[in-house]
Amino acid sequence: MAERRGTGRRGPVPAVRARWRGLLLTAALLAVCAAPFQLVPFRVFQLTMVLVYTVALIGLNLLVGHGGQISLGHGAFFAVGAYGTAIMMFHGGWPYPVTLPAAAAVAFAIGLALGVPATRLHGLYLALVTLAIAIFLVPLLKRFESVTGGSMGLTLAKPRPPAWSGLAEDQWLYFLTLAAALLALAVNHSLLRSRVGRALHAVRDNETAAEVMGVRLAFHKRMAFAWSAMFAGAAGCLYTWVIGFVSPDSFTVNLSITLLAGLVIGGLGATWGPLLGGLFVMFVPSLSQDVNKAAPGVIFGLLIIVVMYVAPTGLAGLVRRAAHSFGRTLRKG
Amino acid sequence: MAGFLQQVVEGLGAGAIYASLALALVLIYRFTGIVNFAQGELAMFATYIAWQFTHAGVPFWLALVLTLAVAFAGGMLIERVVVRPVEGAPELTVVIVTVGLFILVNAAAGWIWSFLIKDFPNPFPRGALEAGGVGVAYSTLGVMGVVAAVMGLLYLLFRHTKIGLGMRAVASGPESARLVGIRVGWTLALGWGLAATVGAVSGVLVAPLLFLEPNMMGGVLIYAFAAATLGGFDSPAGAVVGGLVVGVAETLSGAYLDFVGSDLKVGVPLAIILGVLLLRPQGLFGRAAVERA
Amino acid sequence: MNAKGGAFLEVEDLHAGYGDVRVLHGVGLSVGQGEICAILGPNGAGKTTLLRALCGMVRVRGAVRLDGVPLAGRSPDAVARLGVAHVPEGRGTFMPLTVEENLRVGAYTRRDRAAVRDDLERVYGYFPALKKRLRQQAGSLSGGEQQMLAIGRALMLRPRLLLLDEPSLGLAPMVTRELFGIVASINREERTTVVVVEQNAHLALDVAGQAHVLETGRIALSGSAADIRADEQVAQSYLGYRI
Repeated sequence: MAERRGTGRRGPVPAVRARWRGLLLTAALLAVCAAPFQLVPFRVFQLTMVLVYTVALIGLNLLVGHGGQISLGHGAFFAVGAYGTAIMMFHGGWPYPVTLPAAAAVAFAIGLALGVPATRLHGLYLALVTLAIAIFLVPLLKRFESVTGGSMGLTLAKPRPPAWSGLAEDQWLYFLTLAAALLALAVNHSLLRSRVGRALHAVRDNETAAEVMGVRLAFHKRMAFAWSAMFAGAAGCLYTWVIGFVSPDSFTVNLSITLLAGLVIGGLGATWGPLLGGLFVMFVPSLSQDVNKAAPGVIFGLLIIVVMYVAPTGLAGLVRRAAHSFGRTLRKG
Repeated sequence: MAGFLQQVVEGLGAGAIYASLALALVLIYRFTGIVNFAQGELAMFATYIAWQFTHAGVPFWLALVLTLAVAFAGGMLIERVVVRPVEGAPELTVVIVTVGLFILVNAAAGWIWSFLIKDFPNPFPRGALEAGGVGVAYSTLGVMGVVAAVMGLLYLLFRHTKIGLGMRAVASGPESARLVGIRVGWTLALGWGLAATVGAVSGVLVAPLLFLEPNMMGGVLIYAFAAATLGGFDSPAGAVVGGLVVGVAETLSGAYLDFVGSDLKVGVPLAIILGVLLLRPQGLFGRAAVERA
Repeated sequence: MNAKGGAFLEVEDLHAGYGDVRVLHGVGLSVGQGEICAILGPNGAGKTTLLRALCGMVRVRGAVRLDGVPLAGRSPDAVARLGVAHVPEGRGTFMPLTVEENLRVGAYTRRDRAAVRDDLERVYGYFPALKKRLRQQAGSLSGGEQQMLAIGRALMLRPRLLLLDEPSLGLAPMVTRELFGIVASINREERTTVVVVEQNAHLALDVAGQAHVLETGRIALSGSAADIRADEQVAQSYLGYRI
């Protein structure tokens, strides 16, 4: 929604705006590339995790923000990617670069398969089914111990930086994840600009009208589900690279709910929503946990409700609004 | 055979608890068309309140009555404060708000009472009633008795009181209900209060069997969803039957299906939800599928 | 005229609409106590909106007074509690409830239980068909029976003002005639003031004392039912027949 409002209010001098935007983006990219050389390894790790969550949230945004479907089980696809990667590396001895496309493909396929019942389900029921899947996943992972390592999980060697790069491990992981995140952004961008994106918006805004207009509803909903699962799977793969360890308890239903919370707070359907959501999911718990173990939950819960009341486009919408009024003040002054 | 019957009895005991939470879900759905993902957490929170009362030395049954009163008021308050602003909003918005409520209530309980597990007193005597090689624990009987009593009271309320009649009128057509002078807003709040009370009963019943901790109801909720889906989201009787069926299905498949065992039992509600949705989306007793576009 | 010096129902300069669409542009009329007033007019003139505006279902600007008490700005349930019963378009039947329950809901705001019991019998007196179907779900009734139920439900409020929206809609002529006969006798016996919106002008003018013709949100013509019927121009444009 924010997108359309943005275009509607575009200022009188778009060329200047575009130049500003280009400068800002370049500066941001430079800062992002310089960050791992300025920060201590733990901070670099945190930023890497932000990027991992961002990739997962890009997928969730596609489904929830752009498609208007509800998933309370996106952590399950994340887990599929993470475990898939771990199993490929642990049992298959695959080199890690191969696992990213493989994990993404597996998640896509599973998303497509689950998308068949999902397309027949409406709103609430999709939420119920995805929730049930997320809950079911943990015992399932524990059950097949010989493959998944059971409750103990699997420990793996993290990708080692090549000698030519001269980077430390945390820096290498950061750049790997950054590259993957940029790739995900690009894929997401072209998806949304394709027929798929237009169909999704049509479905979200008015399902009946979309159907009347001849949008193949079931097909596009299923594809949205599959693409969305693919991003989550890719994020899971990155997670395994970065953490070097998977265990069932990392992928409880809490993960799914946290992801949804992050996306809602970051901004449903907003371009920068996933990144802001990723920052939120990473830093709010680590900053507020010292107050009380329950503080992150209280903040998340309250914010979700408040965001739905006052700012349905989340932080991204607020930032955009602030930027607008700032821009207007500048022009006036 | 006795072993089988024993499993069925255990299943009915568990099912009665699922039924009471499912009943709470159905009540809210009937009145507001909302599926309340926070229902289990509200029940958990109420159980903590009951624990607080008994901890302060209040006798169990009195503590229960006080708790139910608090739950009722709390449910009404939540409807007026949290749910009212998104009344009539798109489904996605409403679901997200109840998920937010889920996270908030869960964390609030952890904040107030910590995440450490607590013992919750069992109001029913130990031991079991033996008949034909089948033992029925008194606590199982007690649980079933309480759930039956709640059902009975709800039936009386809806069928034989003026308030109940008004509530059913609102559920069937809020606009027309307004025209006969019913305060619809308050009636909806009443529905939430009632649902919170019924949910609190399920929390208090399940707490002695599990342990009291903030995540206690997370596992129960999915069974209650399966029960409500099976029975039909708009049918209170369906919720109870659904709860019992889900409970029995869970225990039997845990006991007799080797690949399910005790650890994969939570797949049973998933299978039931998927099966019902694909075969009979309106559930066994429901009038219409949960399809509010 | 009442003690406060105005008519029983007074409407002054009433504006109403839905969102940006304005439907009523300053309607004024007054109805005396115990009268039947018919609102006539072509489709889309704002007849239904006028009734909705009287009972608080749409936002209004202007004044509505019932026996001197302002109604404008009150919610529909508050208006109902002041004794205004509205039988809406589509009848507002509570389909899953039984016939008897529908009638009892009509008396929801009343506390006089014994009188409510008497009123049930009174409604059965007007509509014997309903008495045979007490325990049946209202959804299973025929259109005519549902309209009777809707009027019966409205009577259970012991209304001081009864608003009827297109009672003839979808009913056979015979049934409609019977229904209007009953409305007339209710008005005679209970002294209930009635405002009826109707497409079928013949029937409405038969029972009404005065009538107003609404056109594109304004009162185009007012007068006694007999005068309106006699007005040839009206007959042609709204009543659909020549005299």
